[in-house]
Amino acid sequence: MNRLLSRYAESIYWLARYVERAENLARILDVNETFSRDSRGWQNWRSILELYEDEERFLEEHDEADADAVIYFYTLDQRNFSSIISAINLARGNARTLRPLISTEMWIQLNMFSNKLKSMPRDDLSEPRLTRFCSHVKEACQTHTGITEGTFYRDESWFFYQIGRSIERADQTTRLLDVKYHLLLPRVEAVGSPLDVSQWNAVLRSAAGYHAFRRVQPSGMTQADVSGFLLFHSRFPRSVRACIRDISDRMNQLRSSHRLSGGSKAQEELDELCSVLDDVEIDQVIDKGMHEFIDWIQLKLSRIHGELGAAYFGYPALEDEAPLAEPVPLGQ
Amino acid sequence: MATAAPSASGPLTAYDPDGFFCEMLGGQNEPAEHTLSIREKLNRLDLEVLRGRARDAELELYSFGITFTVYSQKDVIDRILPFDVIPRVISAETWNTIESGVTQRVSALNLFLWDIYHDQKILNDGTVPADLVLGNKNYCKQMQGVDVPFGTYVHINGTDLVRGDDGRFVVLEDNARCPSGVSYVVENRHLMQRSFPDLMSKIGIRSVSNYGQKLHEALAETAPAGVSDPQVVLLSPGTYNSAYFEHIFLAREMGVPLVEGMDLVVEDDKVYMKTINGLDPVHVIYRRVGDDFLDPEAFNPDSVLGAAGLMRAYAKGNVSLANAIGTGVADDKAVYAYMPRIIKYYLDEEPILSNVETHICREPEGLAYTLANLDKLVVKPVGEAGGYGITIGPRASERELAKCRAEVTADPANYIAQPMVNLSVCPTLTDDGVKARHVDLRPFVVTGKSTWVLPGGLSRVALTKGSIIVNSSQGGGSKDTWVLE
Repeated sequence: MNRLLSRYAESIYWLARYVERAENLARILDVNETFSRDSRGWQNWRSILELYEDEERFLEEHDEADADAVIYFYTLDQRNFSSIISAINLARGNARTLRPLISTEMWIQLNMFSNKLKSMPRDDLSEPRLTRFCSHVKEACQTHTGITEGTFYRDESWFFYQIGRSIERADQTTRLLDVKYHLLLPRVEAVGSPLDVSQWNAVLRSAAGYHAFRRVQPSGMTQADVSGFLLFHSRFPRSVRACIRDISDRMNQLRSSHRLSGGSKAQEELDELCSVLDDVEIDQVIDKGMHEFIDWIQLKLSRIHGELGAAYFGYPALEDEAPLAEPVPLGQ
Repeated sequence: MATAAPSASGPLTAYDPDGFFCEMLGGQNEPAEHTLSIREKLNRLDLEVLRGRARDAELELYSFGITFTVYSQKDVIDRILPFDVIPRVISAETWNTIESGVTQRVSALNLFLWDIYHDQKILNDGTVPADLVLGNKNYCKQMQGVDVPFGTYVHINGTDLVRGDDGRFVVLEDNARCPSGVSYVVENRHLMQRSFPDLMSKIGIRSVSNYGQKLHEALAETAPAGVSDPQVVLLSPGTYNSAYFEHIFLAREMGVPLVEGMDLVVEDDKVYMKTINGLDPVHVIYRRVGDDFLDPEAFNPDSVLGAAGLMRAYAKGNVSLANAIGTGVADDKAVYAYMPRIIKYYLDEEPILSNVETHICREPEGLAYTLANLDKLVVKPVGEAGGYGITIGPRASERELAKCRAEVTADPANYIAQPMVNLSVCPTLTDDGVKARHVDLRPFVVTGKSTWVLPGGLSRVALTKGSIIVNSSQGGGSKDTWVLE
């Protein structure tokens, strides 16, 4: 039985992250398109640039953030490394490196998907067709996930794949919440208005969580309900807590079943994050500041990534830092 | 040609081998009996059906990513090796000759390599000029006195064969370094099985699909002494290498890790790979990286494709390399000329497969003959691979001949010359229908403790009318090669 090369572990982790990233991006663009035909339409396209912290980069090449330019920037623009096509090209690049490891079906599907995007004309993005484009991307990413689930051999690399996917998902959900929260909150007078509800609705749909949310809460929708759901709900697969739990479980399995010796620091970071997500209430978060809380989670995610890299991928060891202060006091 | 002409009206009806020996129809006076039923089946297919299936096959190659990479000045292009759907068929009898001929050749090459890195008897005897070997840029001094398990230096050899007008196979060159192309042999077969099940049914074709298993066995056999369950790895220059697809293919077929230089580390003269659980020992490296790049400590100091200290580990016998370091001297075009004598010297046998008659320009007679017959000869630089730098006398212009003459006169030792061999042809699907195109054949010979030959081989086809340059970098394609049972 061959031991997994560090380079392969890193590659499969990134493969999963890039596919997950492309899927999330497609969903966010699609929802935005659907919900942007209102008075705040222009703001919504700009908010996507904020979501990914790309405003500066975007405005270097564009005069204004109009729908066409932002859509192209995030879909078929190969010069933008955070576009869908770049994410899929990078996923394909990792898949090519990993071909000795992954199933032929995984490779063929990603190779064809990437070839298809490369041959796609910009016309395919014009407004009435954007939804179709996004559906295609989501479906191809989900096909990838399905093929992987059904064909990928379950050795250590499977765990790194899952960890990569979950960490990206957690990151995407926190970003979505951070920006939308920030964008939606200042207009206090609008809280509870039909517009407000439709925007929170869009947030849920961007995380593919509308129906799951409705099952938990058949009626009503406040910012606290929605953000609480996306942060903490343990049974919604895209909530931050579910993702972190998943990573923690996978790490435990890796270390126990596969007898991996490293990774204790990553595990410590995970435990800390888990216990906060288990215990904190959404009202406490809102009181103390949503943005600060999300910032803290993102710092934790970045440390988990760094510690994983140091333990398994051959990244340089992280310098010991003082433990991050907890974002909210854990009250009774 | 009466028996060769297909009966029904099909893709082969109007086919004309243009007077060359044809792999499908045979020679002028000896029609190929062994292809009779294949010809009949082929001729029952409509030309348009053939074209449709060819298109599907190419699309499949592209989707599967069975590509090689071409680097131009501004673009990196993944290209498929053009695939021709009409197979090249070899009879069992002919194959027996090829098989024993290439096996004999590899035995002689291995004995020769052991000798030139140890006692140098053949050089001291004057059978092969000492300076030709010792002064060769591919002769590796660090290999002197190094012993390799079973004396196997050339674990994988690709012997390029061509067939002249008389239908006899002759050796064009040996590829004893990192011969490539075997992945196409196997993938072409799979492609044919998917696209032409009707054509292949009830024809006994020898299987090529156990190549990976056979290769792994041979590599494991040559592991350092005392290692019972050796860790074999394939060392690739990385995803940007034009043959990366083949590296993937071989690693998968053998079930071994595909490593790059950065994955390897040498500690206490032992080789390890970096895994998620620390360092794991490596015993056999099938390397697809050239000698110069294997170890920055011993060879090219700028190389990042190998591992520092690898040569030390190798010299101590702690790791095996396939092929061995320093085999390039044996497949050199200048040494090639001496192969018949080398075979006789070590094996006391006549060569089963002849060389193409070769004139060595470093020798006065050879140079004189070459310069006097430039317009009739094919002149090749000895150091180059991939068909570069070749002048085909009968097809060269006055200017090209003058340039060639100047080059050969300036540096005679760098050139050999051979009479032009009329390469055999094979019916090939072109835009103008089924036409004769020239082919060669590269069988793959695998040696561990003993030698095994893959029953098949890479048939490369020059897709341009009249061309005899079959290299993929210069417009060549490939065909499935059927060895009949």
